[in-house]
Amino acid sequence: MAAAEFDIPELKDEIEIPKLREGSMAHAKSFPAGQAVQDFMGYPHELGEDWKERALEKMGDLLGKYRSLKVFLDACVHCGACTDKCHYYLGTSDPKNMPVARQDLMRQVYRRYFTTAGKLFPKLVGAKDLTKEVLDDWYSYYHQCSECRRCSVFCPYGIDTAEITMAGREILNHVGMGQKYSNEILGKVQKIGNNLGLPGPALIDTLEGLEEDIEADTGVPVKMPIDVKGAEVLLVTPSADFFSEPHVESLIGYAKVFHAAGINWTLSSHASEAGNFGLFNGNYETMRKVAMRIRDAALELGVKRIVVGECGHAWRVAYSFWNTLTGIGYGGNDPFSIELQKQLDPNYPQPQHICELTNDLIKSGRIKVDPSLNDDLVVTYHDSCNVARASRMGTEPGGQFTIPRELIQSVANNFHNMADDTIYESTYCCGGGGGLLTDDLMEVRVKGAMPRMTALNNVVKEHQVNFMATICAICKAQFTKVLPKYGFDMSMVGGIHQLVSKAIKLD
Amino acid sequence: MIYAGMFYAATLLLLVGLVYKIVDYSRTPAPLKIPTTPAPTTQTGVVYRMAKEVVLFESLFKSNKWIWVFGWLFHFGLFLVLARHLRYFTEPVWFWVGIVQPFGKYASFMMVVGLAGLLARRFLVDRVRYISTPSDYLMLVLLLAIGLSGMMMTFVVHTDIVALKAFFMGLMYFDVQPVPQDPILLAHLAMVALLMVIFPVSKLLHAPGIFFSPTRNQADNPREHRHVAAWAARLDQNN
Repeated sequence: MAAAEFDIPELKDEIEIPKLREGSMAHAKSFPAGQAVQDFMGYPHELGEDWKERALEKMGDLLGKYRSLKVFLDACVHCGACTDKCHYYLGTSDPKNMPVARQDLMRQVYRRYFTTAGKLFPKLVGAKDLTKEVLDDWYSYYHQCSECRRCSVFCPYGIDTAEITMAGREILNHVGMGQKYSNEILGKVQKIGNNLGLPGPALIDTLEGLEEDIEADTGVPVKMPIDVKGAEVLLVTPSADFFSEPHVESLIGYAKVFHAAGINWTLSSHASEAGNFGLFNGNYETMRKVAMRIRDAALELGVKRIVVGECGHAWRVAYSFWNTLTGIGYGGNDPFSIELQKQLDPNYPQPQHICELTNDLIKSGRIKVDPSLNDDLVVTYHDSCNVARASRMGTEPGGQFTIPRELIQSVANNFHNMADDTIYESTYCCGGGGGLLTDDLMEVRVKGAMPRMTALNNVVKEHQVNFMATICAICKAQFTKVLPKYGFDMSMVGGIHQLVSKAIKLD
Repeated sequence: MIYAGMFYAATLLLLVGLVYKIVDYSRTPAPLKIPTTPAPTTQTGVVYRMAKEVVLFESLFKSNKWIWVFGWLFHFGLFLVLARHLRYFTEPVWFWVGIVQPFGKYASFMMVVGLAGLLARRFLVDRVRYISTPSDYLMLVLLLAIGLSGMMMTFVVHTDIVALKAFFMGLMYFDVQPVPQDPILLAHLAMVALLMVIFPVSKLLHAPGIFFSPTRNQADNPREHRHVAAWAARLDQNN
């Protein structure tokens, strides 16, 4: 997978807004999905004669189903507020990575075929025919957007480029231009149960190995139960937690928390994946199918609570969409929702984030921790985009910022935030989210990480920070690859439960 | 007579176009909860958030102080100027419209300064220049020309506002009166009619659009309330 050589951005003291360099990332093309992958998803694998009609038909269909798309394509006034907000623009200087320009790739077509002004005066309003060149631009630039929603914070109308990117990818899939990485994963999760494609026996084997490791390490028989009927808690976590470093350290942390608190919990081999790439592709039905695995597992195992591990986009889907898609949550009064609701314990939010759970346990004294065990670390926290801008924790708006920080500060003594305009709702994406975490997009990923790396570099210089905690499997994998390119040690990144794991008292 | 017909047509197009768009927006479902968080958890909170967006341009303030200053000057100036214009359509003139007169008069400066600033940014900032289409420039030029021609009549060459009011009151009561034959006034009125026609087929739809923007008008309560669009609810039936 020999990607072309490229220059790694130099880190300055401040994140600078670059001058435009037109076409500088036009060459970035994620590998297209082949026939087997597309067949499984029910999409064609190459452009047919009628691709243009199919694309426009799909666009009309989406415009009728999604108010967001319709309003966002109409409302933009080209004010320019978003132009310097995207990490991919800041890192690549390619103007088509400015949120408004990325939207305009679709808006120009929308205006041409769906608006009076664009039908009558295309040149005047920047409307364009849908050509193969335009479609290629879509493929290239809709795979240089991590759907992180940073632009939506700053847009005076709340236009969220992620919604446009999702629609763009759905249309591309519909005409036969799917992305290999995301669609392969969507195949694996539906056929095998998780994004990594680990079959049940391999998973059980791995968990047993981890149990042995923990016992050897701590002398305490901490268990990692799977498929246990009648357990209180079903833990749904990204499959990277089972195999990847540093993810697995957090999985060990969750297990220790449940053990210390005496909570009867289980994983599920059927729902051995919290991630849901259906979100990235903008297909409601796919996202729903993938999410239904969780509902099915919860019903089958008869659990009372559903808890989600450290994963950004998974938490968005779980927190914001599971109730809609699968009835995991409260307030539904239809038979479909009631069937699950009567099984769940109403004393807990459903679903609950593992950080909400652990933080509550520490605050209520049900588990004990010794933060001095993390005294070798100076910690900062990277807010993951989907947690920060598309979900919540706790009962108050902004709990998604305070709860993880509270938790970190209860298990580690040295903590420093990065600059204010790079965290909380203004957080910069790691550069690898939204279906871009693939080697064929390495240049996009490395350059897109520049703003976060700049902010990190500043706290490293100022406060000797040596650990960046985050609660997203994609962020962890991305930073592990990208940190070394910027001269940092890859082991600087890890989950919050990696810190919990070190500080927790198990006796 | 031409002007009377023009204003009837423009008003009709504006109303029909806007009603069509608003009905279209409200009928199009928002199948998923996508408020940009942190977001209010209650409907009251949403009203407060939306009010801050519409009155203060809160997100734009976070984003870019220059665009905010120019944009807010223009919009707030325009609001006062429009309020002042109500005196041509009310008899007797409403109490508050009387009060707003002197403010509306000088608000035209805010409006024009704001527009000039926004236009300058289109030329001067490379990122904004890149995204600007001809209509983006022309829209600002049109608004500037409307503002400047109006100011000409307020501050330089007065027009016959008594006859003008008779013209508009006549339009409202379907008793068409002649429009004063002042070239600046005629230009001003023609451009306003043009703006009215453009409104429902252009980016000026940002005005109704913001109220329908799901990232701003949804409450953050997905764990407590099940939110399902009609087309999506049908999927539940098949399980």
